[in-house]
Amino acid sequence: MQRSLFAQQPSVLIFISLLAIFTIVITVLSEGFGLGLVSTSFVKILGKTLCLCLIAIAMDLVWGYCGILSLGHFAFFGLGGYMIGMWLMYERTKDIVIASLASAELPPTAEEIREGIGTQIFGVVGGAEIPVVWYFADSLFAQLALVVLVPGLLALVFGWLAFRSRVTGVYLSILTQAMTLALSLYLFQNDSGLRGNNGLSGLQNLPGLTDVPQSVVSVWFFLASALALGLGYLLAAWVVSGKFGNVIRAIRDDETRIRFMGYPVEAYKLVVFTLTAVIAAIAGALYYPQAGIINPAEIAPIASIYLAVWVAIGGRGRLYGAVIGAATVSLLSSWFTGGQAPSIPLGFYTINWVDWWQVLLGLGFVLVTLFMPKGIGGLFDRLVRKDAA
Amino acid sequence: MLRFACLLIAAMVCLAPAHAQEGGLNALLETHRAKIEKPSRTTISPVLEDLVDSQLPSVAVFLENWREKGVWQRRSDGRFFFVKPADGDEVMLIDVDTGADAGLADRSELSNLNPNSGVRAVIAAALVQFQLSDPDPARRLQALTALARDANQSHLSILREAIEAETDPDIKARKERLERLLTIRFGSDSANRVAAIESFAGDPGVDARAALNPLVATSIKVFDATPEGVNVARLLTPGSDIEPEVAYQLLVDAGKARPIVPLSERKRALIANIQDGAVADIPVADLVTQEARDRAYLALAAAGAVPPLVSREEQRSAVAAHVFAEIYSEPDPALTTAARQTLSDISGTVGFYRFISLALDGLSLASIYFLAAIGLAITFGVMGVINMAHGEFIMIGAYTGYVVQQFIPNYTASILVALPLAFAVAFMAGVALERLVIRHLAHRPLETLLATFGISIALQQIAKNIFGTQARPLTSPSWLDGAWALNDVVSVSYIRIAIFVLAVVFMGLLLFILKRTRLGLEIRAVTQNPRMASSMGINPDRINMMTFGLGSGIAGIAGVAIGLFAKVTSELGSGYIVQSFMTVVVGGVGNIWGTLAGAGMIGSLQKVIEFFNPSNTLAAQTYMIIFIIIFIQFRPKGIIALKGRAAGD
Repeated sequence: MQRSLFAQQPSVLIFISLLAIFTIVITVLSEGFGLGLVSTSFVKILGKTLCLCLIAIAMDLVWGYCGILSLGHFAFFGLGGYMIGMWLMYERTKDIVIASLASAELPPTAEEIREGIGTQIFGVVGGAEIPVVWYFADSLFAQLALVVLVPGLLALVFGWLAFRSRVTGVYLSILTQAMTLALSLYLFQNDSGLRGNNGLSGLQNLPGLTDVPQSVVSVWFFLASALALGLGYLLAAWVVSGKFGNVIRAIRDDETRIRFMGYPVEAYKLVVFTLTAVIAAIAGALYYPQAGIINPAEIAPIASIYLAVWVAIGGRGRLYGAVIGAATVSLLSSWFTGGQAPSIPLGFYTINWVDWWQVLLGLGFVLVTLFMPKGIGGLFDRLVRKDAA
Repeated sequence: MLRFACLLIAAMVCLAPAHAQEGGLNALLETHRAKIEKPSRTTISPVLEDLVDSQLPSVAVFLENWREKGVWQRRSDGRFFFVKPADGDEVMLIDVDTGADAGLADRSELSNLNPNSGVRAVIAAALVQFQLSDPDPARRLQALTALARDANQSHLSILREAIEAETDPDIKARKERLERLLTIRFGSDSANRVAAIESFAGDPGVDARAALNPLVATSIKVFDATPEGVNVARLLTPGSDIEPEVAYQLLVDAGKARPIVPLSERKRALIANIQDGAVADIPVADLVTQEARDRAYLALAAAGAVPPLVSREEQRSAVAAHVFAEIYSEPDPALTTAARQTLSDISGTVGFYRFISLALDGLSLASIYFLAAIGLAITFGVMGVINMAHGEFIMIGAYTGYVVQQFIPNYTASILVALPLAFAVAFMAGVALERLVIRHLAHRPLETLLATFGISIALQQIAKNIFGTQARPLTSPSWLDGAWALNDVVSVSYIRIAIFVLAVVFMGLLLFILKRTRLGLEIRAVTQNPRMASSMGINPDRINMMTFGLGSGIAGIAGVAIGLFAKVTSELGSGYIVQSFMTVVVGGVGNIWGTLAGAGMIGSLQKVIEFFNPSNTLAAQTYMIIFIIIFIQFRPKGIIALKGRAAGD
């Protein structure tokens, strides 16, 4: 099966090799494990970019291959981040509370520790009680399971409702956007149990491993992200290669015809939607420990639209296109908005990229949509065709 | 002898006012000079009483000037004057009694009386009786308002007197209303007060409730037996009406039971009794559970080192041995009963008006959504494309309004100019977008959605670069300030009424264009079946362009309307875009009535949810969106779905 997959899609092999080489090079150059030529913060940026590439693959799968323009996949990404963030924050706070109570005259009881954690975490939203949703927060395995289960379940229920009533096209896009907005608004409340607009913070510190410097931790997460991206790519390539892939592509091209041919279109769409939601959640669970903080603004509908933009720029319907799009746009975006790009003096006006990057991105995106419907990935097609000729 | 005494008394009675008048106001002030020079809240009252009792016509003017810091004292002899400016450093003194000029004086010879705010309040209260019968109706009204805010028992009789002399029927009604309110609070006769209370049945005024609520205020008290001699609101059964813990705490507070030792105190006691690393022979290291700590504490208590715990049994029996009751602070049961009945009657009326108010709020929100969404609905209906930049057309309209106001300072004129100009600017932006982008993406609705999104972020950023991130004001003309108030519960701001009118006008206009004009006919034809329309000689390309321009132009108008009550920022439009999508999707595509239904439903729904959870508008929006997601399950094509061919795709 593996061989046939690579034979069928040579790009998979190329991508995996490139990813492996890239990962090894960065690791060797990093501060934590190698020559120290690449700063810790840049390793984190690269690690985060790999996570964004992973969710872009999920987006490509659901949109480029199955034709569902979901404007809600960043909600799953964020939920994954929240789930792992709960464990990180809870355990770290627990360590802090135990350390601070260690010098007390009486050794603390379990209730006192819980109370201390509650005050520490929820003091900012005016509470001390630990909400019910944090029930499993002290167990890494439970929270890891929740990373998959919560977004997966949400996608399953939402997808079932939406596909069952045959909501398609732009209607579906708007509906997914509404879902994201609802979730983000819900999380913005102080009594949602997830610290309202403060979000979860301090996620870059691994509980119990406070001695390990961030330079090392960053490389761990970088490697984990690379591994996840590689596996995600393989999974996606495998999903789209077989009969299943043919069916979902056919659904994208003519849903009604496939339904008339007897395929349970809704079930296929639901599987793809849920699977990609889970991939997005895993990407989020790896992303936010590197970002260090998550708050409801991350889930705002605009984030999901940007995701679609990345995939469109990179090239839909080809997995490496999604990766290229996400990596290019997000790295360019942080380069331009980080103030590193040189300003262009025009004499009467100076173009400051921090202010004008969004305009460039927006208009560039329109141009890509108009003149390069296959995105950057489409350029490779021409390359291959030239070789063949 | 007796006759002489009677005569003397009679003479005194007759002479008393005359005597005061004899020396005039100046003499009276002279007697109280020390207190007037250094007034305080407590010492000033007798002085004021004396002044008022003198019934001198000049007292009111003097008090008013005194309150406004307009009274000056001559240092040399301590006399009081008003002043008016004269040449140079000199001022003209005015006699406080006669109002006649009393010669020039240098400013340095005078010192200003500067009573503090407490004293001024007392003076103002004393002034009330003069003002209530002032010849100027505006001042009478002003005095009434001041009195309603801050009244005491003495004002009741003053007010009653003032009612008799009142000629203006409107002010008389207000005076009578205030008289009833004051009767409730300060009246001496129980029957009178009850009558006054009952007269407010069904009155939604806030002042009525404010006067009644103190009457029904209760507090929970503990009694050894069934309470007597107090006005009982109701008896409380521990366990159902009142938590046993709370009840016990009341007993403790009343000194009828031993206090419970709280957890924190017990912990402190344990720490205080640590001996050789153990408490009562239990090693400190073992005290990591509450049970172990309790054991250690009990051991200490048995040894008499700490106060013993109060067992649950003891608490229960103590609570059972007493009677708990809610007691009115007002002792007269007739009053409390009347007040309670009247309040429940009022709450019925208030509930009715709340509903009206809610309906009006919903209507106003719906008209905003309608304006924001109708353009989107038209373009979506005709061309099947979602314009993500629609919100930015709203923003363009709002900024157009702002720019117009920079050039035309008259707000009324600027709004009248801004409305058509915003339409024109947004119309052209829409046509440009259609020509340059959307036309090339025909039959690819999802790509159109994304391309217009690209336009949207570019436009937003451009607006940010031009106008900055801070909010720009779009000021409404002054005749739109304020609100139309039916009573204390129902009020609608004029801006909202204006937006409602605007929405109605535009709905009418659109209906006219669509149903009565050639353009409308062609738009409807293209909406229903573009190919057939095309073969009938309609140019769908032109129709698309016109429709897109029309939809965008209305978004521009909506921008001006929204800018009037919200701050104009580059994110103004994006805040409405999801709501507008919802409106279109819920209402049904390509249909004015559908958009109207969608806007009405979403607007009123949001208000209703906010009504049930007023503190949390975020939650309201969340629930609303969830509701819409579920609603789409049952009517995937919206409330008013298109029929025929157009509905097919």
